[in-house]
Amino acid sequence: MIKSLKLLVCLLLFVGCGNSQSNEKEKFSYERTKKDKKENVVVNHDNHDIKASVMVDLVNKGVGPIKEISFDNEINPQLVSSGEEIFSKMCSACHKVGKKFIGPKPNKIFDRRTPEWVMNMILNPEEMVNNDPIAKKLLVEFNGAPMANQNLTEDEARAVVEYFRTLN
Amino acid sequence: MKHYIKKSLLIFLSMLVFSACNNLSINESTLPSSAAEKVYVPPGEHDEFYAFLSGGFSGQLSVYGLPSGRLFKIIPVFSVDAEKGYGFNEETKDLLNTSFGRIPWGDSHHPDISQTNGKLDGRWIFINENNTPRIGKIDLSVFETTETIEIPNTAGNHSSSYVTENTEYVIAGTRFSIPVPQRDMPIDEYKGNFKGVLSFLEVDSEDGEMDLSFQIMMPGFNYDKAHPGRGKSHGWFFYTTYNTEEANSLLEVNASQNDKDFIAAVNWKKAEEYIKQGKFKTMKTNYAHNKYDESTHTAKTEWVKEVKVLDPAELPGLVYFLPTPKSPHGCDVDPSGEYIVGSGKLSSDVTVHSFSKMINAIEEENFSGEAYGIPILNFEAVHAGSVKQSGLGPLHTEFDNKGNAYTSFFISSEVVKWKLGTWEVLDRKPSFYSVGHLMIPGGNSGEPFGKYALAMNKITKDRYLPTGPEVTQSAQLYDITGSKMELLLDFPTVGEPHYAAGIPAELVKPRSKKIFKLEDNKHEYATLSERDTKVVRNGKEVHIYMTTIRSHFSPDNIEGIKVGDKVYFHITNLEQDYDVPHGVAMIGANTSEVLIMPGQTETFIWEPKKVGVWPFYCTDFCSALHQEMQGYVRVSPKNSSIKLSWSLD
Repeated sequence: MIKSLKLLVCLLLFVGCGNSQSNEKEKFSYERTKKDKKENVVVNHDNHDIKASVMVDLVNKGVGPIKEISFDNEINPQLVSSGEEIFSKMCSACHKVGKKFIGPKPNKIFDRRTPEWVMNMILNPEEMVNNDPIAKKLLVEFNGAPMANQNLTEDEARAVVEYFRTLN
Repeated sequence: MKHYIKKSLLIFLSMLVFSACNNLSINESTLPSSAAEKVYVPPGEHDEFYAFLSGGFSGQLSVYGLPSGRLFKIIPVFSVDAEKGYGFNEETKDLLNTSFGRIPWGDSHHPDISQTNGKLDGRWIFINENNTPRIGKIDLSVFETTETIEIPNTAGNHSSSYVTENTEYVIAGTRFSIPVPQRDMPIDEYKGNFKGVLSFLEVDSEDGEMDLSFQIMMPGFNYDKAHPGRGKSHGWFFYTTYNTEEANSLLEVNASQNDKDFIAAVNWKKAEEYIKQGKFKTMKTNYAHNKYDESTHTAKTEWVKEVKVLDPAELPGLVYFLPTPKSPHGCDVDPSGEYIVGSGKLSSDVTVHSFSKMINAIEEENFSGEAYGIPILNFEAVHAGSVKQSGLGPLHTEFDNKGNAYTSFFISSEVVKWKLGTWEVLDRKPSFYSVGHLMIPGGNSGEPFGKYALAMNKITKDRYLPTGPEVTQSAQLYDITGSKMELLLDFPTVGEPHYAAGIPAELVKPRSKKIFKLEDNKHEYATLSERDTKVVRNGKEVHIYMTTIRSHFSPDNIEGIKVGDKVYFHITNLEQDYDVPHGVAMIGANTSEVLIMPGQTETFIWEPKKVGVWPFYCTDFCSALHQEMQGYVRVSPKNSSIKLSWSLD
């Protein structure tokens, strides 16, 4: 008897649910940790409170084929436009300008990273996420979404980096 | 140094053990423990050889490593394959087209690897389909079927698909003679009326594309097996025949009457001359030629309506018959091109003909008769020697690079090693059980790699754990580097392998593709960037241009689809990294799941029948966020006015 009563209550509950509108707001709330809004904190790899995406490290060149590059004072517009095209084809599935997406946004990247680090991250992501302290932290921050190796050539990566110089 | 002492100690010990064994005359099937070391490939290391085993009635070609016997891949050719979407997705389904309709199953038999100057070049591998006569080509840079061609005027394409020493031709040949052209006639009027057609397909030296150049209209015998001449006999092709009795019923008795059938020697260089001189007839026909274009990732069928036919009765010097005892099956040519081995499957002898003697006999017109206008050479004038009383039921012969031959014996279930020229038997080892073909890597070339011989057995019975009435087929690996063969390994195979082809891994590995470049993707429905993703309606047809990258689909929310629509998912994998395929499965999808390699586009069709919101997801574990790689399609009633929309937020 008690059993069938329970069943009846369950059924009633179900019917109740069925009647609720699908546009009703989700019915649970939970105190989530606030996102860290601080930007441009100077490097301290051991400080676990600072997110890798905002950490500044203008010394680390990363791990990979690029040891040293230098930017001309003038931005090269031809390189920028080919870089933009390559970025759009090969990178934009995960990186959006002005918006954190699957991976971090590329805006103002050279306020936080060396050009060598960025190129090595493009050209050698597997080794970077295994061995570079910032890349390792980035992988964790971005939920383990790996930086895909899109097999760009060094010239293509250089063009992408030139394009990044224009993104404020 | 320590290692060295240890090794010498081991060798010494094993020598002791060996001599002990010899004295005790142990059971032949007991393996010395060193066999395990010889086939052991440590984790992370690669095998020395690729072995391509035909899948027999499963219609595929499977790829193993030797000496380990590990299975790497099954390549569907004349079969459909859920793992790869082959034959199901829109891109590959046309590879199965024939004039009989779309035939998604076949009986694959004799793989052969392309050659340059008589040496394996590792570019393509060809394989024949016996049942609905076809030849398939697999490109060894991608290990995928990239071409299939139907063979007209043929039934039971068994004497196929061997290549000449510069891959000038790949050949086909009919096992069952038939009326040519086909017509309605009484079966018992076979004799003299049925024909057996041999086909030569030219292979393009750049892209390997096959083209049926000409056919030779032979008498109505069964053309069983074939091998090309090489070296001195380059320019000739040899075919065993049986049923020269031309019986049309109870062949197991009626086709075993003659004490000798023939090996047909075809001078294909002569055939080329006759074609040039225009001495062919053009026959009306209709067959499918299916080509897969790697830049569009799509196969298309071309229907061919004519074929050139040569009549050997009217064209002297084109074909000769070499009398060969007792329904010969295997037809094998040694690496020098001098010896043509015919294994009389109902005899205990292996018959060997000499190419030089054959040329002399032809010059001297040393004939003992003719069959339908084709000269029969005098047996004694062409016979080089026989391996006498060597076993029961000889089938196939392979060669090493030291002047030895290895013949399989089906009835007595053994592999017999013998010497070319002296015809003496050097060794014999049992097979478990009933061996068919043998394979030595490079065996059908001028340069075999005489390290291993692989026996493919027809029966396994008690060799493995039972799996109900249907048990696995098997292969057995022998070390042939010593004076005696040594059985090293048994391993199970997929389907019934007939022939196999082997090649040193180093000849294939460097050419193996890692990804398809997005910039080269010319698929009609490719989406090369996320910004180009879209959904387009054309009446009841809806085309979804979708992309994948770790780990999301774009778009992943689609609305405006209606019951009764035919929805094409065209999915491009934007990854450009090695070994990052994405799979796509849509609930209730009708044609295929797909597995898309980096840079590739594949298409499946979904015809939604139920209103609701339906998920799709990635089926290939692609990253830590693979479980998040999913999306929804909203399906509305037929008369709904909801507009198409799509998003990824």
